[in-house]
Amino acid sequence: MARKLLLTHIDVPGIQSFEVYRQKGGYRAVEKALKTLTPDEVVEEVKASGLRGRGGAGFPTGMKWSFLAKPEGVPRYLVCNADESEPGTFKDRYLMTYIPHALIEGMIVSSYALGAHTSYIYVRGEMMPQIRILERAIAEARNAGFLGKNILGTGYDLELYVQPGGGAYICGEETALLESLEGKRGNPRIKPPFPAVSGLYNCPTVVNNVESIAATVPIINDGAEEYAKIGVGRSTGTKLISAGGNLNKPGVYEIELGLPVEEFIYSDEYCGGISNGKRLKAVVAGGSSVPILPANLIVKTLNGEPRLMTYESLADGGFQSGTMLGSGGFIAFDEDQCIVRNTWNFTRFYHHESCGQCSPCREGTGWMEKVLHKLELGHGSSSDIDLLVNVAKNIEGNTICPLGDAAAWPVGSAIRHFRDEFEWHVTNGNEAQTRNYGLAHYADPLESVV
Amino acid sequence: MLSVKHNEPVEFTEEMLGKFAEIVARYPEGRQKSALLPIMHEVQAVYGWLSVPAMDSVAAYLKLEPIEVYEVATFYTMFFLRPQGKYVLEVCRTGPCCLVGAERIMTHIEQRLGVKEGAVTTDGLFSWRGVECMAACGYGPVLQIGPEYTFHENLTEERVDELIKELKNKAEGRELTAES
Repeated sequence: MARKLLLTHIDVPGIQSFEVYRQKGGYRAVEKALKTLTPDEVVEEVKASGLRGRGGAGFPTGMKWSFLAKPEGVPRYLVCNADESEPGTFKDRYLMTYIPHALIEGMIVSSYALGAHTSYIYVRGEMMPQIRILERAIAEARNAGFLGKNILGTGYDLELYVQPGGGAYICGEETALLESLEGKRGNPRIKPPFPAVSGLYNCPTVVNNVESIAATVPIINDGAEEYAKIGVGRSTGTKLISAGGNLNKPGVYEIELGLPVEEFIYSDEYCGGISNGKRLKAVVAGGSSVPILPANLIVKTLNGEPRLMTYESLADGGFQSGTMLGSGGFIAFDEDQCIVRNTWNFTRFYHHESCGQCSPCREGTGWMEKVLHKLELGHGSSSDIDLLVNVAKNIEGNTICPLGDAAAWPVGSAIRHFRDEFEWHVTNGNEAQTRNYGLAHYADPLESVV
Repeated sequence: MLSVKHNEPVEFTEEMLGKFAEIVARYPEGRQKSALLPIMHEVQAVYGWLSVPAMDSVAAYLKLEPIEVYEVATFYTMFFLRPQGKYVLEVCRTGPCCLVGAERIMTHIEQRLGVKEGAVTTDGLFSWRGVECMAACGYGPVLQIGPEYTFHENLTEERVDELIKELKNKAEGRELTAES
């Protein structure tokens, strides 16, 4: 059995409540941090753990914290990014629903480390039930003396609030999130200045994902060294993976980083293989934005080495033959799924969610959506495929925030790995309406790469 | 839910104003604009949508220009700028849910309710629409039902029929079954 750090007590009845969570050792990290460590020591501990941002970027959390500016007399803020909306990702919803105090405890520890006295959890507006759960958890923690003035008699004050979003994927981008928290449209800001210098209300701010914040609890409890023992290389600790699509056992799994992808898909401890006895066609390993890979390349790298669930191994081969761990939104496609249709669906999503500030993204996502729809309906021409590649290339890197890249990568990678399927939609337009392309392109899968 | 027409002025009740004040207190002084989204959610929960007079009243309460409210309300997909059904059925239509049959569920809802996406049934009870990823991809197809945003997973056509029936009963005051 793999070690669990975040979901250790997930099956304990009543773990949602403060009382049971506390009985199971909850809030020890708050006691330890506030009573025995200085804020800087907490930061050092998180740095030494090797924890990397769990929202998708994988940037070292401790390093992000150490960038926080600390001018005299200016408040600092911690904002938790719980605007989980990357298609394929649902781990934060799970954590907040079933073990909300793990997030509250992490927020207290992290706020203390950063010297924040007011912190916000920005939850996507659709998650009203989770907002109610978190508000109840906050009230419980406050009643027990873990929030408010002079926490545990240490002199540290912290207020914690939940902020609902309004239904906008873009608010998962940290500067858009801050705009939204200030009551504005979620238009990402031009960086620099980075939030660490000028974030919420122009004050130094750290924005961290739910899972990153919750991970500080085991790091403080057991020490950075213990945490860093789990994993491979620069991918330390455990990671929540949201497994969806055509799997026997979809759901949220806490894995030790370094788990072979093949084991994750097929072993009964995890996803239990592909549903309905079908064969695996493709995987999107880290949320809809990361490149899609055909089955052969997700299980093994181009060099034939087993692909592992780590930041490095999933990225092995660059975008030519690799992908990214991203947010851990793991979507499996069986042999009956149509790559063209899925790419069109994802692109419609990005077009819908583009904030409209930058023309390459605002216009480009719309063009890609239309061209892909045409291909999906069997009315495309082969030049449309090149047009898609061209538009995707011109969006990538030319926008204020990474939504443009996120929209371009799925299209580029789908055509890179499944070009024959797109071409089949052109040459066999009518047939494409009645059946899917299937696994035909696997004739020599490795040849289709590069 | 209170009903409000397009041009009808909106005055907030004492209870609502109490909630608003609680929300505004979460932010530093002079940053009351941060309360805009939470307050609009409160207003929408009462009226079912955001009319222009309702947005004007929010603006007045938060000491903002009306345009500051309109531009935000039009940016976020959760805010309705037209009256909706008493219950709003929202089905996730993004990739992972489509792999497990979300499109079938949407077609079924359209047929069952007899109205197109975005339209309201003649009895005023229902409207429906497809929405983008709701972060529940492992349990698809999924549906949320406003104004309370109750959440329903692993949907089948039969389950949709049951839910619609339960909501009809609820609207008629016959609370037969609990929502999940």
